[in-house]
Amino acid sequence: MLAYLLRRVLYTLPIMAGVALVCFALVHLAPGDPLVAILPPDASEDLQNQLRTLYGFDRSLPEQFVSWVWRALQGDLGTSIASNRPVTTEVMTAVVNTLRLAVVATLIGFFFGCLFGFVAGYFRNSWVDRGASLLSVLGVSVPHYWLGMVLVIIFAAQLNWLPATGAGPGGSGDWVWNWEHVKHMLLPAITMSVIPMGIVARTVRALVAEILAQEFVVGLRAKGLTHFGVFRHVVKNAAPTALAVMGLQLGYLLGGSILIETVFAWPGTGFLLNSAIFQRDLPLLQGTILVLAMFFVVLNVVVDIVQSLLDPRIARS
Amino acid sequence: MKRNPTPRPVHARRAAAGLVFGLATLAAALAVPAHAQEKVLRIAMTAADIPRTLGQPDQGFEGNRFTGIPMYDALTHWDLSKADAPSVLIPGLALSWAVDAKDKTKWVFRLRPGVKFHDGSDFNADAVVWNVRKVLDKDAVHFDASQVGVTASRMPTLRSARKIDNLTVELTTSEPDSFLPINLTNLFMASPAHWQKKFDAAPGATPADKAKAAWTAFAADASGTGPFRMARFVPRERLEVVANKAYWDPKRTPKIDRVVMLPMPEANARTAALLSGQVDWIEAPAPDAMGAIQSRGHKIYFNQQPHVWPWQLSFAEGSPWLDKRVRHAANLCVDRLGLMKLLGGMMSPPKGTVPPGHPWWGNPKFDIRYDVAAAQKLMQEAGHSAAKPLKVKVQISASGSGQMQPLPMNEFVQQSLKQCYFDVQFDVIEWNTLFTNWRRGAKDPTANGANAINVSFSAMDPFFAMVRFVSTKTFPPVSNNWGYFGNAEIDKLIADARTSFDDKARDAALARLHARIVEEAPFIWIAHDVGPRAMTSRVEGVVQPRSWFIDIATMSMK
Repeated sequence: MLAYLLRRVLYTLPIMAGVALVCFALVHLAPGDPLVAILPPDASEDLQNQLRTLYGFDRSLPEQFVSWVWRALQGDLGTSIASNRPVTTEVMTAVVNTLRLAVVATLIGFFFGCLFGFVAGYFRNSWVDRGASLLSVLGVSVPHYWLGMVLVIIFAAQLNWLPATGAGPGGSGDWVWNWEHVKHMLLPAITMSVIPMGIVARTVRALVAEILAQEFVVGLRAKGLTHFGVFRHVVKNAAPTALAVMGLQLGYLLGGSILIETVFAWPGTGFLLNSAIFQRDLPLLQGTILVLAMFFVVLNVVVDIVQSLLDPRIARS
Repeated sequence: MKRNPTPRPVHARRAAAGLVFGLATLAAALAVPAHAQEKVLRIAMTAADIPRTLGQPDQGFEGNRFTGIPMYDALTHWDLSKADAPSVLIPGLALSWAVDAKDKTKWVFRLRPGVKFHDGSDFNADAVVWNVRKVLDKDAVHFDASQVGVTASRMPTLRSARKIDNLTVELTTSEPDSFLPINLTNLFMASPAHWQKKFDAAPGATPADKAKAAWTAFAADASGTGPFRMARFVPRERLEVVANKAYWDPKRTPKIDRVVMLPMPEANARTAALLSGQVDWIEAPAPDAMGAIQSRGHKIYFNQQPHVWPWQLSFAEGSPWLDKRVRHAANLCVDRLGLMKLLGGMMSPPKGTVPPGHPWWGNPKFDIRYDVAAAQKLMQEAGHSAAKPLKVKVQISASGSGQMQPLPMNEFVQQSLKQCYFDVQFDVIEWNTLFTNWRRGAKDPTANGANAINVSFSAMDPFFAMVRFVSTKTFPPVSNNWGYFGNAEIDKLIADARTSFDDKARDAALARLHARIVEEAPFIWIAHDVGPRAMTSRVEGVVQPRSWFIDIATMSMK
C-alpha cells in the first residue's frame, strides 16, 4: 500500500511540471499585449518599452518561465498587473470562495445524483426509472448559465426571495455559515450542482444495473436477505466508482465556473479567471490556472488513494 | 353561539395595549435595516474588479468615475453640474493657472488653500510635486510603474513639477501645450503623508520593495481630498466610501452617508440585482430589460457622451477609402436612426467627433446625415454600382469596453452600406487583440488586409478626441493614427490649437481642426454612446452630464 502511495505521488511530479509548462506556454501564445490592462493604446512607444522592461516582459520566454517557476516553488506567483496585488493572495481568496460553493454544489449533486441513480437502477424500466433518468439527462443537457439566469429571474427578480448576486451582505471577507450568507449561495450552488447530479445519476444507474445482474446478488437473495439488505450491498459495491466520478466532478467545480460565477458575481476562481482574461492579466491568469491544475492533480491522487482504501484490489493491481 | 368575553379591567387593557405598542416599536426598530438608518447608495459597476483605489484608477473612465472623482481631486475638474450643456473645465484643487508669458513650456498653478487630505494632512505644493513624481520620476522612492501607464499617457507632455511656494507650483511640459490643464483632470492627488506612514510600516528588504508594499497598503486604506473617503475595501468584491463632511466645496459635500460599489460585469446580473432590490443603481442595464426596469418604477438616465463609435479608415496605399467621395458616401449611407431604434434609443446620431453646440464644433461644410441618393450618386461618380460594388474589410471585435454592441451594430451598418454599393466583410477578433492591433496600424500584418477598424474612443480632451487620429506625428506605433491620415494643413491646425493659450482662442483653433476633420472624413461616424444607467426612484438629485463621469456627491437618497 505504501509503495502504491509513493508511486502515485511520484507520478504527479512530471505531471505538475508539464502542467506548469503548458499553462505558461498557452497564456503567452495568445495574441495581444500583456500590458494592455495598464497601458492604454494611446501610450507612447517609449512608455510601452519602459513598462515592458519594468515588468520583465522584455526578457526571453525561457527566462521568464524559469523565473516564474522558481518563484512559484517558493509560493510567490508574482503580482497582478491590473491590481498590483500578490497573485497568490488573489488566487487563494478566490479558491476559498469557490471551495465553499463547490463543496455545497457537490453535496447537492452527489446526494440527488446518487438518489436518482440508485432508484433508477434498482427499479429499472419502471416509470420511476424513466422519471429519474429524465431528470439526470436534463441535468447534463441544460446549459447551466441559462438555468442560473432563469433561477435569478424567478427567485430574485420576480419573487425577491433570494439575492441575485454576491457572496454575502458584506462580501465574502466576513463569511459565516448563517442564513444571511447561505442564501447568497443557494442559487449558484443549485445551478452548479445540476451537471454533477446528472453525471452521477447516470453513472450510478448503470453501475447499479450492472451489479444487480451479478451472481452474488442472486446469492444474497438466495440467502434470504431483504430488499434493503441487498440494496446495502449494491451501494457498497457502487460506492468506489461513484466516489471517483464525484471526485472528478469536485475537481471540475473547484476550477470554478466562469459562467456561473460571472452570472452570480460570486468572487471565486471562475470570476477571477474571467477578469484576468478580459484584462489580459498574464501573471494572474497563469497563477490561477496553475493553482487549479495543481488542485486537480492532487485531487486525483486523493481520489485514487481513497478508492484503493475502499477497494484494496486497486492498490494490489 | 358566541360568548361575550368577560370585560377586563381598564388598567389591564391599557397594560396590554402598552405591551403591544412596546413590542411593535421594538420589532420595528429591529426590522429597520442598518442601511435605512444611514443613507446608503449601492452601485453595480460594469467592471469585473474594483478599479484601483490608490489615486490613479484603471478600468478606463469607469475607474475615474467611481474610484477617482469620488475619493480624489485633481488640479482641474470637469463641470458635472449640467445635463444640457457640454461639460467644461473648471478649477479643482487649483484656483487658477496660467502659462509663462516668456516660456510657454512652463505653467504656474495657484492652489486652493485650506484643503486637507482624509488623513488630516495638508494639501499643498509639496503634495502636487510628490504626485507628479509618483508617475514621472523613476528616481523617486514612491515612483510606481503600475500607475504610469494610465497616467502618463493621459498627460503626454508633462515632464516635471516644482514648488514655488506653499500654494504655488510650476509645471513643465516637453513642448508648448495648451491642453495641459485638460490633461490634468486625470492626475489625482493622493496624500504623501499617508503614503509615508504606509511606507514606514511596510515590509521589504529594499526601498523599492517597501514602496511597492506601501502602495498596496495605500490602495487598501487610501487617502485623497475628495468628497468621499474610503471606509472598507474587499478586493474584487466591494468598495465602501463614506461622506467626507469636511469637504472643501460646500456644494459638493455629500448628502449620502455611504456609497457601496460592487463589480458586476454581466449585464443581466446587474439588471437582476436592481430588480431584486440588491442595488440602487446599475451601470449599462441589459438593453432588452429597459422596459422591465421602468415598469418597476426605476428610472433610466442617459445623455450624449463624449464617446465616438466609428469606423476608422485606412489611407495606406491601395485603400478603397483614399477617394474622398467614397468616404463621404459611406458617411451619408448609414441609417443612424434605424441603428438607434435597434439599440432601443440608447445612442445618439453623430454629426462629427463632437456635437453641434460644443466649443470645438466649428460648423464643418460636410453635413453627416442619412441621404442614400446623395451617397449613391457619389459612389457612381467614383465608379461603383450595384453590379460593381466596392469591397471593404473592417476589423471588429465581438465585445469590449465602450464598444456597445459591436456585432449587431456592425451588421446593421453592413446592411445599410450595401444599398450604396459597399460590399463589407468583417474580420472579427478578440477585443484585447483588436486594441493592440489598433496601435500597430493599417500597414501591419495584424490588420489582416482590413482597411477600416472599429474601436470606440473617448472624446473628452483634444488629444484623445482628435489629435492622435490625424497628426502625422502620431502614425503607428507612436499613437492611434491607425489609418495614417494626415497632412501639413491638419498638422498646422493642431499646432495652432496647442499653442493657443487663451481658452477661447484654443477652442476656436480646435473648432477649425474639427471642421476640417469632418470635411476630410477619416472616419465613418456611426454612433455616440449615451451611457445609460438605471436607478431606483430613491436616488434623487441625479444630473447626468454630457460626460463619461457623473457626480455622486450632489445626489441624495430618499
